[in-house]
Amino acid sequence: MTRVATATEVVDLAACSLRELNQRLHDVAGDHPEPRHWRVVNPNGTHAVACGLDAPVEVEIAGHVGYYCAGMNQRATVRVHGNAGTGVAENMMSGVVVVDGNASQSAGATGRGGLLVVHGDAGARCGISMKGVDIVVRGSIGHLSAFMAQRGTLVVCGDAGEALGDSIYETHIYVRGEVAGLGADCVEKQLRDHHVAELRALLDSAGVRDVEPSSFRRYGSARQLYNFRIDNAGAY
Amino acid sequence: MCGIVGLYCKSPELEPLLGERLSAMLVQMDDRGPDSAGVAVYRDPAPDGFTKLTLYSAAPSFDWLSLGVEVTSTRARHAVVLVEGDPDEAEARIRQRHPDLRVMSAGHAIEIYKEVGRPSAFAETFDLADFRGTHGLGHTRMATESRVTTEGSHPFSAGDDLCLVHNGSLSNHNRLRTHLRRKGMEFQTDNDTEVAAAYLTWRLREGASLEQALEGCLDDLDGFYTFLVGTADGFAVLRDPIACKPAVLAETDDWVAMASEYRAIAVLPGAADAQIWEPEPSVVYAWEKALV
Repeated sequence: MTRVATATEVVDLAACSLRELNQRLHDVAGDHPEPRHWRVVNPNGTHAVACGLDAPVEVEIAGHVGYYCAGMNQRATVRVHGNAGTGVAENMMSGVVVVDGNASQSAGATGRGGLLVVHGDAGARCGISMKGVDIVVRGSIGHLSAFMAQRGTLVVCGDAGEALGDSIYETHIYVRGEVAGLGADCVEKQLRDHHVAELRALLDSAGVRDVEPSSFRRYGSARQLYNFRIDNAGAY
Repeated sequence: MCGIVGLYCKSPELEPLLGERLSAMLVQMDDRGPDSAGVAVYRDPAPDGFTKLTLYSAAPSFDWLSLGVEVTSTRARHAVVLVEGDPDEAEARIRQRHPDLRVMSAGHAIEIYKEVGRPSAFAETFDLADFRGTHGLGHTRMATESRVTTEGSHPFSAGDDLCLVHNGSLSNHNRLRTHLRRKGMEFQTDNDTEVAAAYLTWRLREGASLEQALEGCLDDLDGFYTFLVGTADGFAVLRDPIACKPAVLAETDDWVAMASEYRAIAVLPGAADAQIWEPEPSVVYAWEKALV
């Protein structure tokens, strides 16, 4: 089988409407999308860029984006060469979303699968209600991150804000720096060998090579809040 | 929802362009607040011994010259006048003689203009692009707590050369209004932001610094807020501890900008290379001439 080098499709958001861009990206659905490589220029903080993709396309966005970029992503790889506003990769199902700069609040919220990488910092509520997505943040995250997190992995190379993992169900949380405070039912747990292996694989996938996996601390659910306990019957 | 914009000129060459830039930013926030819009612009300080007032007349045909004071400009139903005395005296004199007029702002450099309707129409009606000035801030309102009126639009005057714009909603404004009335503060609307503005005015009168007054909001206000406060020399930003109302700050060698969303900053020349960050919750950020 020969590989054919394909040209990159360039879309200028100063000249093309957002709806047209997203429609064109939806129109290339299937296992062999053509064109496969896309480059979006002049995003200028526009909301909902590259949302709802469902094909193994690669989309590069040259600049800062607004809210909900790459939301509901399936199979696509979306890279933002800049900062992302509220809710980047919200409810992503699969694929990869990379933010080179910082992400605002609710990055990766409710995500069910795939990998979200933020090379800068992520704001408040990172990974809120995450349900299976893996999130790697090279910098720090804000308060109330992983609130009600249910599945998946949150890796933070910097610090975490107040109330980390509040009301958590089941999610692996790894933080390398300081944690300002743990939320209800979130506790520190022992970092075992298989956790280090999980971290190494995630950091590798995220392209973070300068951070030692064994230097993280692990946090997770104490399982006291969401399991029915007869002793707490009066409080339910 | 609501939208906030603010622009501070670090470079004097930018001052003639303030209105044009601020207008472009405000129009970007049109869909965050289609109910009403307003701006505060700082420029042309009043001479010593005089106060600059921005007045509003609900009646479109009011004869501003009948006031017997110097009228420096009129725009739509607003007029900027110079009145002898300090801001309190000047405001009291106008209110006493013309209870039908609203005092939108009082100070030395501040001018406040606001009106119901789409922000893009506001920018045109008030010829925003024409304003020169050192700094300005603007607001687009999606009303939640009180009626859509000119008086309920932002910015709200918060004392001598101070004003407040707000994205969010306060839940303890009724109780706080009652408390502030007992302290002698007067209210023109049942709007929550007016209470926050009066709170700041009261704290400053009691001797607090602007930073102390803003930090007091963290204890005394219940609700959601991103505040942008205009001062004689610059502006200040504060977000509540939960910080669910958005804010973006950006700075270059020539300007400092604040907006609800980056797309309002993207219209500024130099935005692509600006330092951009999200203000932390519960932290007061301030820019003043002395600091930049």
